[in-house]
Amino acid sequence: MRMKNRALGALALVALAAAACGEKTPPVVEAPMPPPAMDEPAPAPVVRERVEEPVPLPPPEPVAADDVGSRSLDDLNRNSPLAPVYFEYDSTDLNAAAQLAVRGNADVLRRYPTWTVTIEGHCDERGTAEYNLALGERRAAAARRYLESLGVAPDRLRIVSYGKEFPFDPGHDESAWQQNRRAHFVITSR
Amino acid sequence: MTQTPMHVAVAALTLVVAGGLVAGRQPVAAPPPAAAQVPASQAPPASQRQPSEVELSISGDPGTPPRFAVPEFVALTPDAAEVAKVVSAVLWDDLNFEREFYLIPRDTYTTVPQARAPGQIPYNAWRELGADGVVFGTVSKTGNDVRVEVRLFNVRSRQSVFAREYGGSASNPRVYAHTISDEIHQHQRALRGVARTKLTFSSDRNREKVGGTVQDRDVKEVYIADYDGANQRRITVNRTLNITPVWSPDGRAIAYTSYRKGVPDILVAYIYEGRSENPTAGRGSNFLPAWSPDGKRMAFMSSRDGNPEIYVMNADGSGVRRLTNHPAGDVTPTWSPSGTEIAFTSDRAGRAQVFVVSADGLGTPRRISIGEQYADRATWSSGPNNEIAFAAQTGPGYDIKIYDVSTGQTRQITFGEGSNESPAFSPSGRHLAFTSTRAGRAQIFTVARDGRDVRQITRDGNNFTPSWSQ
Repeated sequence: MRMKNRALGALALVALAAAACGEKTPPVVEAPMPPPAMDEPAPAPVVRERVEEPVPLPPPEPVAADDVGSRSLDDLNRNSPLAPVYFEYDSTDLNAAAQLAVRGNADVLRRYPTWTVTIEGHCDERGTAEYNLALGERRAAAARRYLESLGVAPDRLRIVSYGKEFPFDPGHDESAWQQNRRAHFVITSR
Repeated sequence: MTQTPMHVAVAALTLVVAGGLVAGRQPVAAPPPAAAQVPASQAPPASQRQPSEVELSISGDPGTPPRFAVPEFVALTPDAAEVAKVVSAVLWDDLNFEREFYLIPRDTYTTVPQARAPGQIPYNAWRELGADGVVFGTVSKTGNDVRVEVRLFNVRSRQSVFAREYGGSASNPRVYAHTISDEIHQHQRALRGVARTKLTFSSDRNREKVGGTVQDRDVKEVYIADYDGANQRRITVNRTLNITPVWSPDGRAIAYTSYRKGVPDILVAYIYEGRSENPTAGRGSNFLPAWSPDGKRMAFMSSRDGNPEIYVMNADGSGVRRLTNHPAGDVTPTWSPSGTEIAFTSDRAGRAQVFVVSADGLGTPRRISIGEQYADRATWSSGPNNEIAFAAQTGPGYDIKIYDVSTGQTRQITFGEGSNESPAFSPSGRHLAFTSTRAGRAQIFTVARDGRDVRQITRDGNNFTPSWSQ
């Protein structure tokens, strides 16, 4: 992985990102020692450093401006502040729009740090029922991985694949299929 | 010896082999599924078996199957008429299903006078209808007890070649016909018929909704049915998603993917004991169970290590071993008849394709779906034909194709009538069940392995992912 090969650069980047973003705990990065070069002078020793920063907890939003915190779970999920993440046909890749949606959801989850979420993986009807169970699993996992990389704690996220069992749009055309290829976020506790 | 609970209903029947009538060159042993029901003491002692010159196997004209007639059984007591009607009609269907015999259509029998006793059988009239064999049966009823006696006569020689007598409850008359059919197939053709086998599948027919979700989501429960679609009944009450059921090889249990605990996991329902087990015990998400042919192991798909892979465990959940290791998705395992190989679906080559790997996971999986855009749900025939059926994308939908393992050839058996998915072989490998949208909603159908004789099994709600019992 690039990060291992360019450990020092990555370290610097992480530190920068942490400083710029200032809202999350950056992961502790441990750089492996590069193997000693045979014919060259010894490189400068690698400096190991723990990068730590206190996590600022943003205050809850004012109630008047935002009633999200006071709605029931069903109400919350019916009109969810967490956006669905859509996928291309037979794909588990997060494209630019999908990444934007996940980042938005990460912001919401940072604002409500007690919420736990189930990420459902869904597929359109064009694949077979069995294969879609795996495809849905990988879509939900892709969304979870990205959320985790944005600093959302893994124990707040559960994934479940529904394959093509629960379509959001019962239609049989591309606009329906587009709706049904998604990672769908359900708030399960708060 | 454990008795197969699938045949518990049948076990209530007592089977009496009419000594002397069944004799000669063919073994009179009952077929494997029935063997457990026949106490050794009821089999005729060897001394009673007479050496005979009777040709017990009825043959037809050269190059054509024997032509059989199954006229309505004779009701010996007035209240046996309904049972007699059902048994003879179902027997006709059962014998017709395997295509080993040509069954003369029942509506042509009106020209033949009904015999009340074997001595009255109008052989000349049956001969004019072209019959090589004719079944003669009687039914009597006392309270809820039924006695069914059946003989098969060679129309040319006018000799009885097969005779059986059954006794039991009148609650399900169809089971007498199924038993007779299986025994005639065994006796005449040394063939293990499927008349007493069952199907299991997933259905949303009870139109319940999953609780606790904002979206409108249909409950799916696991159902079973006779091979011909009769006696459909629900066997799970989980009120959530219950899918991909499969029969255990001994017919005692059905393993399936259940969302009962929120996350998909494998449950095993011992459907005749009212208990359920959970061998995967919630370790990650677990889907698509597949029993090994000896019932001792189970293959399944799991994401417990982060990505959908194929695993094998002992049936009790111990000894879990990972079979695949690839960043693509590996899904839908099925065992070879010997239990030494597993076919599965993977999109490691781009789109979903079928691969085969040894059951110990050693070696590189070899791809067997060649030239397909997309192939899934391989199912390996357990019968004498070494074949793997799968669903292949052929247009907007799917069709069933069959790969012959020994020749490497693939043939297609459905042709674009709706989308056809999830094939499952019958125990003899001569038929398949599958899901099709050809009749509108998703329904279970059966079809012969040459693509003929498509029959609709379900009609209520949507029905998916069949499995055929052994």
